[in-house]
Amino acid sequence: MAARTLPVIDRDNEAYWTWGSEGKLAIYRCGSCKYFVHPPLPFCPRCESRDVAPQAVSGRGRVVTFTVNHKAWVPGLAVPYVLALVAIEEQDDVRLACNIIGCPPDSVAFGMEVEVEFVQAEDIFVPLFRPVRA
Amino acid sequence: MSGFAEKNTAITGVGMSEVSRGATKSALALTVDAALEAIADAGLTRADIDGLATWPGERADGSGFSPVGCAALQDALRLELGWYSGGGEAPGQYGAVFNAVGAIAAGLCRNVLIFRTMYEATARKTAYANSLLREGQRQAGPFAWYAPYYTYAAALQQALYFNLYVHKSGIKAEQVGQIAVNQRRNAALNPNAIYKAPITIDDYLASPLIATPLRLYDCDVPIDGAAAIIVSRMDVARSLRNPPIRIEAIGSSMQYRNSWTQLAELDTQAQPKVAEMMWGRTDLKPADVDIAQLYDGFSFHTINWLENFGFCERYGAKDFIEGGKRIALDGELPVNTGGGALSAGRLHAYGAVHEACTQLWGRAGERQVAGTPQVCATSTSGGPLAGAMLLVRD
Repeated sequence: MAARTLPVIDRDNEAYWTWGSEGKLAIYRCGSCKYFVHPPLPFCPRCESRDVAPQAVSGRGRVVTFTVNHKAWVPGLAVPYVLALVAIEEQDDVRLACNIIGCPPDSVAFGMEVEVEFVQAEDIFVPLFRPVRA
Repeated sequence: MSGFAEKNTAITGVGMSEVSRGATKSALALTVDAALEAIADAGLTRADIDGLATWPGERADGSGFSPVGCAALQDALRLELGWYSGGGEAPGQYGAVFNAVGAIAAGLCRNVLIFRTMYEATARKTAYANSLLREGQRQAGPFAWYAPYYTYAAALQQALYFNLYVHKSGIKAEQVGQIAVNQRRNAALNPNAIYKAPITIDDYLASPLIATPLRLYDCDVPIDGAAAIIVSRMDVARSLRNPPIRIEAIGSSMQYRNSWTQLAELDTQAQPKVAEMMWGRTDLKPADVDIAQLYDGFSFHTINWLENFGFCERYGAKDFIEGGKRIALDGELPVNTGGGALSAGRLHAYGAVHEACTQLWGRAGERQVAGTPQVCATSTSGGPLAGAMLLVRD
């Protein structure tokens, strides 16, 4: 498979892209009103608290939408593969871009329950999701 | 309905360079061609141009997405300006027009040259086979959240929105295909279109899947070319050679989360409140619209706009476009009459404005919509970006 193109790490997104080394999915959460803030930022748009920090969430979610990609955009890209937006179980408006793995692409469905799995690429632990095991 | 600045502005001239799948001249030279044609069309000279605007401004990244900005064109034409602006943080491609409306209202200028240049056909023959990712380079900004997931092109993340739309609306592929088929039919009557050979629904269904639900014929065509328009203050416009095409109303809002992942309603993208704003600035209604030049970066954008402009109900587009008759040149709402970006080439919503004016001025030749169309709705869209304009021939 082609190499994953990686994000630039900054203060706010570091936990998201690195806590996977311990198997943890890090989402910023307001210590005051408990709202999850994503993309990560140490400010709560709901209550204006600055007491917002990364917290490990369950790693479970559901597929909000997805697409099955068929075009081989670059040499060495294995197709088809699934790009999706997954809403975390804890809060419906936190949506994470990801690939859905561990199942045939044509078995992915709207609302499918999924759980996180990490794959390491250089210094980054990329969150991916797979169907929840029965 | 008075007091809205756009009502004191009008499009007074349009221009377009040669549009091709591989230009024989530079992007700046193409831009000069489009600009000079628009200036002459308005009956003006370079000395009359005192404002200059573009979207998203120069991006010297080799992608061909926007290789020419205000600085290069101002110098090429030796313009003497009271105001200029080129930048990407705006309500989509028409942000340049909305800025020009404001600049005219502020008394900074009277005749604004607005342009959009693409050089993607050439760029994609070389290093830029895909448009969003630069392999081996780390990504920053909003698309970084998509970067590790093989999101090579806009088609992929837009497909996320469109697949949800298919899921919610129940639209069928043979209904979606009416957009591509209709536009190819129109392109056959447009001498400047890129693709003119007719296609059928069967051809559409047989075209390669890119990313579900997008097929090849749902995607616009990367080209080399430039389009330009002149937006003038109304008193000036009324003294020029063309009947002014009034900017009757604009929609420029951003009332959703400006995010490619967290946008509230993924299947309608940012269109509904933009349309609502536009209709709130005019006494005209959807039923008053004679023709529509709707954004078609992908055919689904056009389908979305049919609903969000109120030409049909939410999730009613599948019935509206069924069989293709309503959106044809002789239908109740002719859509993308020049072939649009799907068949005439990706001038990124400025081909649409050019075509709108061509129709409203009655210059469209074989593809001219009968009955002298007077009102055109036009729009841009893409994830959290959207803009809309209602154009009316004076």
